[in-house]
Amino acid sequence: MDQFHPDDSLFEVYLTETSQLTEQLEDIILACENANRIPEEMIHEIFRIMHTIKGSSSMMQVHGIAALTHALEDLFSYLRENGSRQAPGSDLADLLLEGVDFIKIELHKLKNGLSADGDASVLIRKVEEVLESLGQRSSGPPPLQRYFARLLFTDDCDMVNVRAYHVIHQLGELVAECRHIPEDLRDDPAAPDLIRKHGLQLYLTTEKSYDEIHAALSRTSFLKELVLNTIHHDEFREEGADPDAGDIWPDQADQTDLADPADPVTGKTNRRGNRESAAAAGGSQGKSITVNVSKLDELMDLVGELVIAEAMVTQNPEIAGLQLEQFHKSVNHLQKITREIQDKVMEIRMVPLASVFQRMRRVVRDMSKKLKKNVNLQLAGEETEVDKNVIEHIADPLMHLVRNAVDHGLESARERVEAGKPEVGTLALEALNNGSEVLIIVRDDGRGLDKKRILEKAKARQLLQRPEADLTDREIFQLIFLPGFSTREEITEYSGRGVGMDVAMQNIASIGGTIAVDSRPGEGTVFTIRIPLTLAIIDGMNVRVGEALYTLPTTSIKESFKPQVRDLITDPNGREMILVRGTCYPILRLHELFRVPSDCTRIHDGVLIMAEQDGKGICLFVDELVGQQQVVVKGLPPYLKSFNRVEGISGCTLLGDGSISLILDVQGLLGR
Amino acid sequence: MSESFREDMALMEEDSQKDKYLTFIVDEECFGIEIRYVTEIIGMQKITSVPEMPDFVRGIVNLRGKIIPVMDVRLRFNKPFREYMERTCIIVIDVHDLTVGLIVDSVAEVIDIPSSDVAAPPDLANRGNRFVKGIGKVGADVKLLLDCEKLLTDHEVEQLLNS
Repeated sequence: MDQFHPDDSLFEVYLTETSQLTEQLEDIILACENANRIPEEMIHEIFRIMHTIKGSSSMMQVHGIAALTHALEDLFSYLRENGSRQAPGSDLADLLLEGVDFIKIELHKLKNGLSADGDASVLIRKVEEVLESLGQRSSGPPPLQRYFARLLFTDDCDMVNVRAYHVIHQLGELVAECRHIPEDLRDDPAAPDLIRKHGLQLYLTTEKSYDEIHAALSRTSFLKELVLNTIHHDEFREEGADPDAGDIWPDQADQTDLADPADPVTGKTNRRGNRESAAAAGGSQGKSITVNVSKLDELMDLVGELVIAEAMVTQNPEIAGLQLEQFHKSVNHLQKITREIQDKVMEIRMVPLASVFQRMRRVVRDMSKKLKKNVNLQLAGEETEVDKNVIEHIADPLMHLVRNAVDHGLESARERVEAGKPEVGTLALEALNNGSEVLIIVRDDGRGLDKKRILEKAKARQLLQRPEADLTDREIFQLIFLPGFSTREEITEYSGRGVGMDVAMQNIASIGGTIAVDSRPGEGTVFTIRIPLTLAIIDGMNVRVGEALYTLPTTSIKESFKPQVRDLITDPNGREMILVRGTCYPILRLHELFRVPSDCTRIHDGVLIMAEQDGKGICLFVDELVGQQQVVVKGLPPYLKSFNRVEGISGCTLLGDGSISLILDVQGLLGR
Repeated sequence: MSESFREDMALMEEDSQKDKYLTFIVDEECFGIEIRYVTEIIGMQKITSVPEMPDFVRGIVNLRGKIIPVMDVRLRFNKPFREYMERTCIIVIDVHDLTVGLIVDSVAEVIDIPSSDVAAPPDLANRGNRFVKGIGKVGADVKLLLDCEKLLTDHEVEQLLNS
């Protein structure tokens, strides 16, 4: 809508909530489709979601979405009343997903300041047709109605119980079912009294209309008073068992109040408990609020400032060397609290990967339908949490990898059977946290990467930097990440334009991550994405080289020591190495690497720090160790990045006295 | 910084910033940049050098908790390097979310140069002129008006040199 800007806060809330609900809806639909029918509580959930979206969209004047959700709400209202035994199944899922897509597109337009001008009328027509066909199918028999009737007889009516019995008997053909109170009309001596006092109470199930029943009952002789009410199925059920119930009827414990369908869902959502999508979407009503991410960013920055300020107090040169016992006690207390705050704030920003993984379900489903390939998608480690910022950058690359795997990686059913593989291809997505990074692994058991073709394409596009013979298999596979690369002859709808892989890699690089690929012909391909945990605050060891200060994350440090000349080895290429307990480690002289003037050039004058990443070790030569402290990681200014990406420096930090220390990254240093 | 300069800065806050230029001296030549890019002017600070950067990128400084890269304008214009002295200043500019500090010999003043007094630059004879987008006439003097965006984003020469 033109009158709303994306900054309008109410509008933003609408966009966020509706997006969350739409995602929830999609998850439900996919889950139900797999189960092949829609369980009753899901119908209620879908109804609730449609109802909410309809309401808020109407209020925000987003007419397309409002109209569509209105139609869907009608459909699900009908299903609620009349049972999923008539639900059309997979076609309905397709239609619903089309609706979900429509809503997503409209929301996307709104988010970008465009007006939501999509026309849902075709979809609405389809929904109405479904509704009509459902109505027709059940209109022999038409929907059953329930009534409660109370008949009070005049005082001069003898043998009321017989009269009552007569009434029921008369109703006979009109009603499918009749329950009455008192139950025993013939033999119970108390019955007549009960009937005189409270009247004959009837619970009727019939397809006849209110008027018809009313007319029939009114004909009863000696009738003093007739009360006839239409009732909802729940109240009926409380009074007695409907043997025909099936799973459309709510449980006894569930007091569904139709007047306000939004409420009972809280109870329902809790019962559903472990449904990953509900938890992951974070949209379950109740104990969560939506927070603007920029506020979190500001909070993070402030906490960072707090840590620096705390360091400036505790490391203030003015108090160095003074014996201040009480002061130090208080300082410890302060440090403890600051540490807790920073842990909590970091936690707030962490979001489980589940939401991203769940989206992949949809992608795989749509693709496997279109390509007629049966794909078994296995997800593991969805509860692994990453920073919110990371989630946003990982979704697209992951989608690309998944698409590639289904489109190119996995063979058709026939090919697989011929190759002796199980007919259904497996695509596994796994996430795990190894302490300093999050690993996301995409593995398929398809045909694997074709080394020869990759080399050919690389040569044809002049992407080979080094002679072919020098490249290891892994390095050949990594060529696919270069811009302009694609080994697919035609460009399919899903992949092959050669713009996907390198963009994916850039996206991952923008959050400091890396991607690697390995493959075995005929067996499959594995992509491994590594993302450093956005540790804005880390434990670091400060070291000095000349006048420059560097900080090394303590998690990378194995040990440090003063080297002995006799342990020094020089290999035939002139590279220095050191022998430590039988293993040889290369030495990296930081003053040489970073061209820092330093007096300390002889090995035994300085300190060697053994650092390690993924089993590979290296010894860094520095002048001296300065001290250990918590540092706030700040990225290098983007202006610098526009020149060069310095391998081995991942950021910088401010020390207690205001000076800047560059943060070293072992992975990068290992590459030098 | 002179008192009159401070007054100029204060006035600037109220007036529109169009056609106002901050002028500074580098190697005896007077340059100007549009005031709207300038966020502040600070004295010389301790610079932490960053490896593998072009020589005119001297490193980074800590500006009240924010890390700002600094560029030596003399070196950028291929003029000989001069040791930093008392008058040496850092002009912090913000162009399209890139914040950079420019190290200059000294800062002069804020002046108005209406566009009618700005002439097109001469042909690109030597490298320094690449960043000049106009020649401003102020009385008998000329000020070389710089294109801030080009100053920060034009890496073409560096890339050629590096490869």
